[in-house]
Amino acid sequence: MGLEHAFGDTALTTTIDSAINWCRKNSIWPMPLGISCCGIEMMAFAMPRFDVARFGAEVFRFSPRQSDLLLVAGTTTYKMATVVRKIYDQMPDPKWVIAMGACTSSGGMYRTYSVVQGIDQFLPVDVYVAGCPPRPDNLLHALMMIQEKIQRGESRGTPMTITAERAEQQKLLQIQGVANN
Amino acid sequence: MQSVFITLTFGQFFDKFYYCTFFTFINHSYMQSYIPIFMMIGVAAFLGVVFLTLQRFLGPHRPNPEKLSTYESGMPPIKTARERFSVKYYMVAVLFILFDIEVIFLYPWAVNFRSLGMFGYVEMILFILILLVGYLYILKKGALQWD
Repeated sequence: MGLEHAFGDTALTTTIDSAINWCRKNSIWPMPLGISCCGIEMMAFAMPRFDVARFGAEVFRFSPRQSDLLLVAGTTTYKMATVVRKIYDQMPDPKWVIAMGACTSSGGMYRTYSVVQGIDQFLPVDVYVAGCPPRPDNLLHALMMIQEKIQRGESRGTPMTITAERAEQQKLLQIQGVANN
Repeated sequence: MQSVFITLTFGQFFDKFYYCTFFTFINHSYMQSYIPIFMMIGVAAFLGVVFLTLQRFLGPHRPNPEKLSTYESGMPPIKTARERFSVKYYMVAVLFILFDIEVIFLYPWAVNFRSLGMFGYVEMILFILILLVGYLYILKKGALQWD
């Protein structure tokens, strides 16, 4: 993450990376997208009874510039999908995504022309939460899974190591090559 | 006896160090009380510089045009927010404040309506009539006409 470009994958950078990931996982700043009824459970998840502050993720930011976790909570229509994607694109790397609830993960009961059948059709999702709507406990569990992913240095959206970044660049080059041909 | 001597000399040395070397401009006991604040400002500035420098080296930087575009709650921005708008808004806003205050003055009168009695009623009618004259003047001047 930045350091590797100067020093490469050495013991120093991996140790620092581990420390940084530890800091990162205990200070997640979520970007709440309460698009639908799951938003209510998402609010409960932030309130004292379930108390997300225990995990250091209580600082809900309403700007993608300051957040590293996108919480998509609710039915995502095609109209809203462009907005969700734009907000995801505007978040700084590294970033993680939680798809909360049945509708967000798979379209749920809305098998209609207007609803995206799962936000993974246009976003790299890290954790899916089942339920309609899921209990705040479920969302807390998802957050803990995100924390584990962060400690392991994994993200679906951001290449976390220099090798992964090079692989992504290769992929992009290939796509561009296909486009040029 | 010796320990007292040492303490004294250290105290004297410290005083000299304090006054002469460290903050030469602080030589009153009055200014001395501000030293913790200066130290606090120094520590805050130092920490700010350290954190900004660290994030420069430790944080990943992967900018792209989409990420750097203006945040409009996910909507594509149409044009810049800095543009000129009609001065008529100003006129309407000032007149609104004027008559809004009138309504605010009505509230305490309404609360004490019974205790103020006939005197308060007549006073309020006079107040409203005075402002009504102003309102008619505004209407005649055409301040509320948009076009």
